[in-house]
Amino acid sequence: MKISSSWVREFVDLSVDDRRLAEDLTAVGIAVEGISGSGADTVFEMEIGTNRPDAMNHYGVAREAAAIYDLPLKELSAFSCQLSAKASGAKAQSSVKASNAAQKRRSSTGGGAKKASAAKADSSSASRGAAGSRAPSKQSSQRASEDAAFPITVEEPELCPRFSARVIRGTTIKPSPEKIAHRLQLLDQRPISNAVDATNYVLWEMGKPTHVFDMDLLEGGRLIIRRAKDGEKLKTLDGVERTLSSEDLVVADAKRPVGLAGVMGGFDTMITDKTKNVLIESAWWDPGTVRKTSRRHGIHTDASHRFERGADFESTVLSCDLVAKLILESGGGELVGGAIDVVSRQMDQAPIVLRLSEVHRILGSKLTTGEIFRILKKLGFGVIPEGQADAKFRVQIPSWRLDVEREIDLIEEIARLHGYDKFENTLPAYRGAVVELPHAAADATLRERALALGYNEAVSLTFISHAAAESFSSGAAVLEVENPLSEEASVMRTSLAPGMLDMLARNLNRDAEDVRLFEMGRVYEMRGGERVEPARLCLGATLTAVKNALPAGAVLDVSKGEHAAAAETFRSFKGDVENLLAAFAHNQLSFDRETAEYFHPGRSARAIMDGAAVAQFGQIADDVKSERKLRQDVFLAEIDLEQLHRRGLRQVRFAPLGKYPAVERDFSFVFSDDMGFEAMRRAVMGLGIPELSEFKAVEIFRGGAIPTGKYSILLRARLQSDEGTLRDEQIAAWSGQIVKALQELGGVQRV
Amino acid sequence: MAYTISKLTDYSAAALERASAELFSALGDEASTVKNEGDWKIFRDRWMARKNGVLTQINDLWLKAAPKEAKREVGLRVNLIKEQVEQQVADAKVRYQIPELPISSATSEISETNLRRDAIGKAGIIDITLPGIRRPIGAEHPVVKTTNEMVRVFQRLGYSVAEGPVVETDYYNFESLNFPPNHPARDTQDTLFIAGQQAKPQRERLLLRTHTSPVQIRTMEKMRPPLRIVIPGTVHRNDPLDASHSPMFHQIEGLAVDTNITFGDLKGTLDHAMKEFFGSSVKTSFRPSFFPFTEPSAEMFVSCFICGGSGRRGTDPCRPCKQTGWIEILGCGMVDPNVFEFVKDNGYDPRKVSGFAFGMGADRIALLKYGVDDIQLFFQGDVRFLRQWA
Repeated sequence: MKISSSWVREFVDLSVDDRRLAEDLTAVGIAVEGISGSGADTVFEMEIGTNRPDAMNHYGVAREAAAIYDLPLKELSAFSCQLSAKASGAKAQSSVKASNAAQKRRSSTGGGAKKASAAKADSSSASRGAAGSRAPSKQSSQRASEDAAFPITVEEPELCPRFSARVIRGTTIKPSPEKIAHRLQLLDQRPISNAVDATNYVLWEMGKPTHVFDMDLLEGGRLIIRRAKDGEKLKTLDGVERTLSSEDLVVADAKRPVGLAGVMGGFDTMITDKTKNVLIESAWWDPGTVRKTSRRHGIHTDASHRFERGADFESTVLSCDLVAKLILESGGGELVGGAIDVVSRQMDQAPIVLRLSEVHRILGSKLTTGEIFRILKKLGFGVIPEGQADAKFRVQIPSWRLDVEREIDLIEEIARLHGYDKFENTLPAYRGAVVELPHAAADATLRERALALGYNEAVSLTFISHAAAESFSSGAAVLEVENPLSEEASVMRTSLAPGMLDMLARNLNRDAEDVRLFEMGRVYEMRGGERVEPARLCLGATLTAVKNALPAGAVLDVSKGEHAAAAETFRSFKGDVENLLAAFAHNQLSFDRETAEYFHPGRSARAIMDGAAVAQFGQIADDVKSERKLRQDVFLAEIDLEQLHRRGLRQVRFAPLGKYPAVERDFSFVFSDDMGFEAMRRAVMGLGIPELSEFKAVEIFRGGAIPTGKYSILLRARLQSDEGTLRDEQIAAWSGQIVKALQELGGVQRV
Repeated sequence: MAYTISKLTDYSAAALERASAELFSALGDEASTVKNEGDWKIFRDRWMARKNGVLTQINDLWLKAAPKEAKREVGLRVNLIKEQVEQQVADAKVRYQIPELPISSATSEISETNLRRDAIGKAGIIDITLPGIRRPIGAEHPVVKTTNEMVRVFQRLGYSVAEGPVVETDYYNFESLNFPPNHPARDTQDTLFIAGQQAKPQRERLLLRTHTSPVQIRTMEKMRPPLRIVIPGTVHRNDPLDASHSPMFHQIEGLAVDTNITFGDLKGTLDHAMKEFFGSSVKTSFRPSFFPFTEPSAEMFVSCFICGGSGRRGTDPCRPCKQTGWIEILGCGMVDPNVFEFVKDNGYDPRKVSGFAFGMGADRIALLKYGVDDIQLFFQGDVRFLRQWA
């Protein structure tokens, strides 16, 4: 939002320069984010919180500046002498009663209020804005009287508690005077015509949105504030024909809607070159209704922005008058009748009790009653000491501060004007303990291990496409985004795999071939009607990276050809998965081939820890590779952290080191291809030889003298006793048992 | 045999120096004639043989003959000569084995390199300037690293880590944080909603949490005061990806509630934390702001840790702080009493307890801290980017 500093200075005599003014406004929360232009054309780029609609205009900013420097704020006035009358408490009382009565009738009609209102923002009076100074208004439940400038009927008093209007006859529509046009241009507002610019000018001057109608185009010579009928049409000022619903509040003439209440006026009744007679509207609309209508129709205007946040209830008549004054000054004509002001309901801004003890409890600073009193007064609050000594105040809220409703709101006002940086920095005492999340240690261990294994930590977006959700389905129901940014990001990820494949592909497409990534994160799915966010770890590596990581001395399969290469790279990747799983407490870890379809059927495995599937990993299926245009084979591991968390980290227990030398014995066998090493290991370990501390494969070979469908495997047993050096006959006996066990599996020993 | 050891009559430093120089010159000359093992053996024996080798002669003719007052000076000199002789003998052997090795001139300087030269094996020297083979170590993700570092700062201040779901209900994300239904403050959150929720009451409808603040309420529902929590987490907003926006990003939230928490405590805690995170020289400044769930609310700035608060880097303007010398780091404030009302029954009576909350963007801090110019780089898994943190 843009604010002209010279316009602000019109309302308060400031001696500070623009830069200082900007800093001081920022320090009280009326943030100036940038300054452009110079001299009289200096413009502040402002950032004003949604709670402060009162400051989204020049008078509002001037009001803050006046408070900061403790300077008087000039009055905003239109026709100060002849048309305004000072409010009196007695009249206000009757006005409140009248509006209550009107409320009960659910509808009220008003007009011709000759002595109508004096909603003059007389901020120099401390009691302004309090209930006692409500602008009086004359109302009647009857039809508009004969002398009414224009009859107004409010059918929805709850949604339109106040509707003010002014009538100008015989004016000329032409371009705005230079001063008006220039000021609007400074704020990036395009001047249109004197009447339209007048509303815009007043909006930026004092923050109250108004609207002007070509009165002759209003059919039936009256306005009705009512709900739209379902299906009713209204062409708005932007030229769009909108279909309304009964949720929308409209300003209508006798026949049709002529404006979307608080959002945008109608096209057919707008001011044109031919307009002679103008009806000025300034109402107070229910913020929620404006917001709903604005959202429903997708129109966000300067008017809706302010109405949604709450306009100044007491500014409706004044804003009408200011618009009227500008039109009369530039286009001539005559003001007909007085201000029309239909008040169906008063705003309830009850005084707030402020306790000194509460100020101190929240702010921690010993601000004195004098300081508090001065700050509140400067901001236009009425402050009346109450109760014992100085411990309490009764604070009356100005009508433009709809955001101040509670004691804490006043405390914020005090803190912000006092200056946040003036409060002393303190550290609170604490008597609690620091508790870690239950899985913090497990997750930290996994992360350290993945990093140590050379995997770079990655974070991918949490959205995937519908297609990916289907391809990588876990079987659970997915969570779709109602308003996704794109189809590619329309489903919450159910797996880390698609994101990992995207990242690997991205690297390969940029000629980075040695790629190893891991991501720890959550996936999102529905289980039994409840949403769950299980934690996962995903490893991803390109074939180049897996091959590069294969230590030369660790190769088992020494045969030539693709099969041996595939077996060795798979083992290289599997070792990384094993290194991660090894951190967790378990008795048994085994592997089978039950993996998802996106894995290569012959080169992937599922890890089962004590009966529970904890991971699936291996090479990606060829069709996935080609679908995703991956430039080389890649490997994935998906690890279920829910399962690992359930087990917890392995607790280390010291095992005594062997005192006596170990003996190794090698066994060379030929097996059929369908016999896996795990079966051999189980058979041999199952012999129950306590001295057998390790049994492993050391070399595999296919081809040469070995018939197709069979392979040769060199196995090594390590034997060691805790009680003494092993004797040859013992070793020979155990070797015999091992050979026998392997032969029983169909193995043929090579000698 | 050109060189013979002379007897010393003058034991002055100058005379000793002259005699040594003569000896070293002869040593160098003779060393350079060594071409094979036979030469080398003769050379070695002439200088080092226990019987009548040059070293033995020097010991007798120079050291033993020296007057008492000159003994110390001569002894040092003789030791030096001994080291040089041994060095030259060793070098001579290497030299005929590896012809490229340059002949080192014998000097009175003792160098470690010279001493180690005889340890070079038959294979000779290798090029030690070739880069090492580095077993890859994975790099920490800058956002995760930043988050962990910040969380640790608060853990040391007594804060425990708390977590909550990413897919949140309207109640926790908005209503209980004092965003009433249809309140314009909700607009600023650019919420992404979960599909198919229309049939549910508004407060039960699912959405992607727009901030980590729902965890405040969730934790207060479970734990009674006093409370100190720090909440790292993923959040989402309906912001298309560009250099400074991402629909997914990360926040670090904090909440402290007790019977005595003040605005001064909020300021003091954050000031302390920022000094610990960015370095003890940073300053903090607080400006009024608005958040529905805190009041008074503030934005906290730290003095620019890039330019030190000057707004300039040398002669160039400092971009991270837009030349202001200050960088906005987080939003914070005193917990709004309306928020406590939602958990009043669990000991959070706003008349008895008070608290403060703060929240910051981990990605934004990482962008600033490392000078990354595009947030998208964080979420692409590009190793050329990630390896920079290795």
